[in-house]
Amino acid sequence: MQFKSMVISNVELSPCYFRMRMTAPQDLGTSLPGQFLMLKVTESIDPLLRRPFGLFDVGTFQAEYDETPHTYVEILYKVVGKGTRMLSALHHGDGIDLLAPLGKGFRLGEKGEEKILVGGGVGLAPLYYLAKALVAQGEKVRLFAGGRNRDDILCITEFERLGVETYVATDDGTLGEQGFVTEVLEKHLGAGQRIFACGPMPMLGAVSRMAEAHGVPCQVSLEAYMACGVGACLGCVMPGANHSDQTPDYRCVCKDGPVFDSFELKWS
Amino acid sequence: MHKPDMSVEVAGIKMRNPVMTASGTFGYGAEFADYLDLESIGAMITKGLSLKPKAGNPTPRIVETPGGMLNAIGLQNVGIDAFIAEKLPYLKNVQTPVVVNLYGNTLEEYGEVASRLDGLPGVAGIEVNISCPNVKQGGIVFGTDPKAAQEVVRLVRKSTTKPMIVKLSPNVTDVVSMAIACAEAGADALSLINTLTGMAIDLDRRRPILANVTGGLSGPAIKPVALRMVWQVAKNVKLPIIGIGGIMNGRDALEFMLAGATAIQVGTASFLDPGAAQRIAREMEQYLTENGIESVSSLIGALNA
Repeated sequence: MQFKSMVISNVELSPCYFRMRMTAPQDLGTSLPGQFLMLKVTESIDPLLRRPFGLFDVGTFQAEYDETPHTYVEILYKVVGKGTRMLSALHHGDGIDLLAPLGKGFRLGEKGEEKILVGGGVGLAPLYYLAKALVAQGEKVRLFAGGRNRDDILCITEFERLGVETYVATDDGTLGEQGFVTEVLEKHLGAGQRIFACGPMPMLGAVSRMAEAHGVPCQVSLEAYMACGVGACLGCVMPGANHSDQTPDYRCVCKDGPVFDSFELKWS
Repeated sequence: MHKPDMSVEVAGIKMRNPVMTASGTFGYGAEFADYLDLESIGAMITKGLSLKPKAGNPTPRIVETPGGMLNAIGLQNVGIDAFIAEKLPYLKNVQTPVVVNLYGNTLEEYGEVASRLDGLPGVAGIEVNISCPNVKQGGIVFGTDPKAAQEVVRLVRKSTTKPMIVKLSPNVTDVVSMAIACAEAGADALSLINTLTGMAIDLDRRRPILANVTGGLSGPAIKPVALRMVWQVAKNVKLPIIGIGGIMNGRDALEFMLAGATAIQVGTASFLDPGAAQRIAREMEQYLTENGIESVSSLIGALNA
């Protein structure tokens, strides 16, 4: 649905990374982990298009002025261009236009499996709302978080507060182990697990190959340039596993995803 | 005051208001049903169809530019058979005219697609996209050569009894001569403009941003070019014109009507506001009401110039 929202808070977590909370209609309370929103940061034509963000958290809060619980949505974002720079300048009370919830979310899997979350950089964002849902079901959850340096590792304490066991790897070793998060992950993979991953494409490709090698089911959440978020512009497509020029099989990240089973996609 | 009369007619297609959805920006209609009332707009134009399904280009396919966006989707579509089997049944139940946009990779393919649609219930008319390369003749774009465009339009004319709109490319030296050529070849109406060819570069990586290198520019950035072309064509060709190019609100739409358009198409605006087409129709009506104008058709070509 399309709705007007108000910024509740917009906090810088580490250099260039922000966490923003916005008001939302009650219906958003049933959003699934892995779904996303499209946000129009300004009414002007520059930037023109909306920007997509995974749902970092959805919940309710008590306002000072009344007793009924109000719904909020949160996003975690990195300032990378003009749109996100303008977003980072918004304050409590500013209005924005949202489309949400969009896309297909994570399927939570079977009871009793160990749930393995793998996040790279800002790809950690949709995994927090997922972790909350999994923990609420009584599942054992482990998080593997990777980034270039310690500034890229976000909200680890929030995950730990949920009871999630966390593992961190950074390229420069400023936090956790030095190296790729996939190297740490591989040491802990085994039967009876299910993987949920979000991050840059090379990381997702590595995770998906690793999952296949260990026979562990794996869902990935993709990020892509998109104009509309509703399956019309066809800007955000990814080739499906059997895609070829003769038998085209493009999937829309916005509508068919952003969450896919890793075997559905063609990994170059 | 009573409500203004918003109805218009283009090439025999009767519409409740002048707002149509531009091809390639509105999917096959159903994608937008959650965001607007499909029966509140004048007509829907579906994503460009070819004879066979088309994969389209590799990604990145889109990039935002100041006041606009470049796209190089590569005409990805489900193909005519899947459209008729899977998309048209839904559209038939919507009480809004459906115009099917089509293109061919060869001259013959244009004729084949048009004849497949001829006589199909639920298809109010066709819009011919001539801005595609002619595969057989070394990739010369049909829509930038008056003779090639005329051949396409003549063939499609022979292949269908449906109202035929020809969508003109702005990437030409003289849009009026293209318009005249298409009119002579039997077009019932002209829609303009298609996207302007453009390019975006990533300085740091020293690479083009789009995988296809070049793409089509759309959005508010192209509105002045579109207005100028609509105005020029309207002065020189008797056919009804559908104005397209960066229309974001009701005022933009009415400007196109003053320049000579009978109807307009909403394109890129639907990407950032999926309810844009309905909103724009409402804003047009509001403007008429506020200014005591009784019928929207009285504004067609009413520019003081």
